[in-house]
Formats: sequence, C-alpha cells, structure tokens
Amino acid sequence: MSFELIIQLTDSTIRLTTPLLLACLAGMYSERSGVFDIGLEGKMLAGAFGAAAVAAVTGSAWIGLMAGMGVSVFFAIIHGFAAITLRANQIISGVAVNVLAAGMSAFIGQNWFKMGGQTPQLSGSGRFNEISLPLAETLSGVPVLGAIYSDLISGHNILTYAAFVAVPLSAWVLFKTRYGLRLRAVGENPGAVDTAGISVERQRFSAVLICGVLCGMAGAYLSLGTSAAGFVRDMTAGKGYIALAALIFAKWTPKGALLACMLFGFLEAIGNKYQSITIFDLFVVPVQFMQALPYILTVVILAGFVGKAVPPKSGGVPYIKER
Amino acid sequence: MKFTFGAILGVCSALVVNQASAESAIIYDLGGKFDKSFNESAHNGALRYGEASGNSFSEFELQSEAQREQALRRFAQRGHNPIITAGFSFQSVLEVVADDFPDTNFVAIDTVVDRPNVRSVVFREHEGSYLVGILAAMASESGTIGFVGGMDIPFIRRFSCGYVLGARSVNPDVDVIQNMTGTTAAAWNDPVRGGELTKTQISEGADVVYHAAGGTGRGVLQAADDAGILGIGVDSNQNYLHPGSVLTSMVKLVDEAVFAAMSDGDAGGEFSTGIVSLGVDNGGVSYSLDEHNADLISDEMKAAVSAAEAAIVSGDLEVHDFMTTTSCPAS
Repeated sequence: MSFELIIQLTDSTIRLTTPLLLACLAGMYSERSGVFDIGLEGKMLAGAFGAAAVAAVTGSAWIGLMAGMGVSVFFAIIHGFAAITLRANQIISGVAVNVLAAGMSAFIGQNWFKMGGQTPQLSGSGRFNEISLPLAETLSGVPVLGAIYSDLISGHNILTYAAFVAVPLSAWVLFKTRYGLRLRAVGENPGAVDTAGISVERQRFSAVLICGVLCGMAGAYLSLGTSAAGFVRDMTAGKGYIALAALIFAKWTPKGALLACMLFGFLEAIGNKYQSITIFDLFVVPVQFMQALPYILTVVILAGFVGKAVPPKSGGVPYIKER
Repeated sequence: MKFTFGAILGVCSALVVNQASAESAIIYDLGGKFDKSFNESAHNGALRYGEASGNSFSEFELQSEAQREQALRRFAQRGHNPIITAGFSFQSVLEVVADDFPDTNFVAIDTVVDRPNVRSVVFREHEGSYLVGILAAMASESGTIGFVGGMDIPFIRRFSCGYVLGARSVNPDVDVIQNMTGTTAAAWNDPVRGGELTKTQISEGADVVYHAAGGTGRGVLQAADDAGILGIGVDSNQNYLHPGSVLTSMVKLVDEAVFAAMSDGDAGGEFSTGIVSLGVDNGGVSYSLDEHNADLISDEMKAAVSAAEAAIVSGDLEVHDFMTTTSCPAS
C-alpha cells in the first residue's frame, strides 16, 4: 500500500465520514438526555431538502444551510413535543418523523419545482465549495507532511471542518460544563434533576433542538457540500441508521463517535475503491460483499466486539413528575 | 357453456381495442422522468407526440419495485394501447402481463420480450460507447480515463465494454478505471455516491469520466466539472448541463422510439411487433456535438470517430457486445 493510496483513501474517508459524524453527534445529544431518536434519517433528509430548495431559490448556500437547519429543527420539535410533552413512545415518534420527511420532501419538491421531487442543480455560491487552506499550494512540495496538509487537511468544505470541530466541542460541552452535567443527569436519573429544581422537560427539549441543528447540517452537507449539488429523493440512503449504529458502537461518547464514524466512512471508501478483490488468484470477493461490508460489520461489531454498550439509564422513558 | 362465456369475453375485449385511438400510456423506471437521462428522453418523446398529434397520453412514475407489475396491469385493464415500458427491468413482468392481455400492444425499451404483442426496441449501446471511448482516449492527457456505471448488471457492462474497446482502439495503453455505483435499483439515483466514485477516480489520475448511471450521473458530471476534468453524458444529450466540461454524450434516441411507438399506435398508424434494433447505422445511437462542446472536439477527433462510424456501418468493425458472451475481451 503506497503512501499516495493511503492519502486517497483517507481523503475519501473524511468526505464520507462528515454526514455520519454530524448525525451521530446529533443523536448523542438527544439520547444522552434520555430521548431516543430513530428519526435522524428523516431529519437529515428534511434538512437536505430544505437546504437545497432554499439555496436554489436564493442562490446562497449559507441561507440554504440556515433553512436546512430550520426544517430539521421543526421536525425535532415534532419529535420533542410527542416524546417529551405528550410522553409518547419515542421509537414510534421517530419512525413517524422518518416517514413524514421522506414523503413531504418529495411531495413539496414536486409541487415547488416540478422536477419529480428533485431541486434544480446548484452552482457557484449556491454550494459549499472546497476551501483551500493557506499555503496549501506552497507546502504541497514538502514530502509526506506537505501531501498530508494539502491533500488531506485542505480542500474540504466548511461543513466538514465544522463536523470535526464539533467533536472536541461536544466533549467539552458534555463533560466540562454545567449544561452538560445536567444533560447527562436527565438521561440517567431525571428524578434527581427534578429534585434539584431543574426542569427535566426544558433540559430534554434543548438537547432535542441541538440534535435538530446538527441533523440539519448533516443534510445540508449532502445536498450543498457534495457532488449531488441539489436534492434528490431519498438521498440520505440509510446514513441516519448507520449513524445510529455508530452511536451505540461509540457508547454515546464524542470520541467514540468520531472513531466509529470514521470506521464506517473508511469501509465505504474501501468498498468504493476496491469493488472486487482477487485473493491469491483463487477466488474473487464479489462487489456485493464489498458494498455490504459496512452493514455486515455493524451486525458483527454490535453483536460481539463492542463490549457492553450501556445506554443512558432513562433513555426512552418519558419522565413523569411524582405528585 | 364455458366456450360461449369465453367467446363473449373475446368479443368484449375486441370491442375495447377497436375503439378508435385508445389512449397510449408510458411507465417510467425508478430514476423518474426528470433524471436528465434515459427516462427524461422517453418523457420528451411522449411530450412531443402529445404536441404533434394533439392526443393525450397517460404516464406513471414508479416509486418502488413493487409497483412495476401493478402499474402495468392497471394501464392494461383500463384499455390503454399501446403501453410503453421504459427500462430493461420490465422484462420479467412484461412477459407475464403480455400473455394476460393478448389484445393490448406493449413496447419494451432496452430489453427483448418475445411475445406476439410486444415490440422490443433495443439499442446497440456498445457501438455508441465505442465512439465516445475513442473521444475519451483522444481527449485524455493523463492516459487514464474512468467509467461509472449504475447498477452492476450485464446491460451496463455492455456500455463499459464498448467504451474500453473504443478507447483502446486509439490508445492501446490507456488505463480505464471502472466502478459500479451499487447492486440494487437505488444505484440509479445516488448522485452523492456517484460524485464520490468520480472523485476517487480523479485522484487516481482519470481526466475523462463516462457515466452510464441515470440520475447518479448528476453527481458524476458535477464532480468532473468541480475538478476541472471532462465528463461524458449518457442517453440524453447532457452537454448543456455543464457547458465546456462535458466532452460529449452517448445519445440514444429513446425519445424517437417512444414517439414512433405512440404514433404507430394511433388510429391511423400501423403498429408492428418484434425486435427493433437501433445502432450507429440507423442513427439510433450516436455521440452528441453541439455549441456546448464544439471547442472540446478537435477535427482530428471528429475524423477518428467518423472513420469508426463508417467501419461499423459497413460491417468491417463489429463492436463486441457484452451481453452475447457475458465477458469483455478488454478490461
């Protein structure tokens, strides 16, 4: 395996990791506060649509991003209202979000743009273009480090950098701030938090809103930050569920989320690059297997290697105040 | 008793068919009628028929695999005639449904359905792909070109095989990187993955990338444009999507096939069944040349393609068809 190949694969991994990572961190906030969220997929899809549609109309990726986050937050509020305020079953509410987002995006898209649920192709400032970091050109001649800096670290769009910055930021928020302590506490023992005079509902709602914002960013990355340059039906293609699996694999920690998402991104990059591998000229590993690998691995990892993944103790349980 | 009942049924269905100008219908495949590629071309043909004849037609866009037979049957029951199915995936359901509605005419595009009431329109895509392969190899400066297919099936391998053969005919040393988007029907509509595959190919040195991937191609052509390399479109003329960075498009006259089928099904038309094979010789497949790519195609390239076209028409050159042997002499 040559150095160049490693750079190519890692570069591809970073691009494929970005939406997973944003969605995974989104799920982490929500689930840490005790609200299970199976609706990551739907919120991402709705965010992707909102971002692409508004970017197509306004011509600005930034306004598109805001709209994408707004739409995703709207769905988060629906989920929060059902799961927190009305104390409904969180899984059912999450599934409803997924179904609603898949249907609404195609339906509104068709009525708005008359293009079969797609949005028009975006160009120029309607997309998040690759950012060349300072000195990337100059340093590309430096052996090893130059290539790492100019090919790997430079040349991604702003949302990719945001996703990777969000990891240490989330770790700080969760484990070093008062807000984070309360967030973790409502997920473990909401009764204790309530006794301390803090509103469980408000705390959980804030986590669900953060989840919405991050899912919106993940969706906007898909429609504004990739080569799709617009929205097409079902463009999330199961990434929200992969993020959910990564979250369990990550044991609900930011660092774990980074590693788990990068593993899934890496497997997808491998699957893209090596579509069929011949082993010792004896037999060929078919492309179907390579493309199924991330999913097979999910099952294997979750079943055996992850060790004990303990979810937040009060996850999935609506809080009922004692009277 | 049974016999008379059957006879009455026969008379009834004959009456339905004889009603002057039964409305024609068309079913698009999963990519949707705005995929800017295969289905959109079929849609344009239907629209043109509607404008030219003043007749209306019915259409249906599949949302899932399960609707395929359902939609086909529904149209047949309502008495639409002829019914056009756009896409090779209709083969197996059409074989069944065509038997159940012997008095309805069907049109299969991109696949052969051997039934007395079916017209099968097939294109010799390997010939068209051969032509764009020549252009790709001549336009490439790096000596590496790419191919992004949709679903990994023999039908798409036919494109890639013709493309490789064409490229090798002008530059025997050219490297061709081939990728398929997936193995399910979702592979026709995944531009995110298409773009990612293209970026991977570009990082490996490809500077011309040809796609045969329906809606996924949107991501392929966009990634090629972003990286400043050339893309090659498919099915429809896609040169206008990114003027100056789409080298050419392998055009299949799907719209003509749809237009002809709908016109033939008219009251005054004569509907024929059997296999209609469209290739370079009768203009069914070709490469596109318009104001968007005029600067990209040199006279030398035009001459090389013309020579190949002439050789194909005269029979001196027979481009290998992957589907006949399920293997490709070049990889």
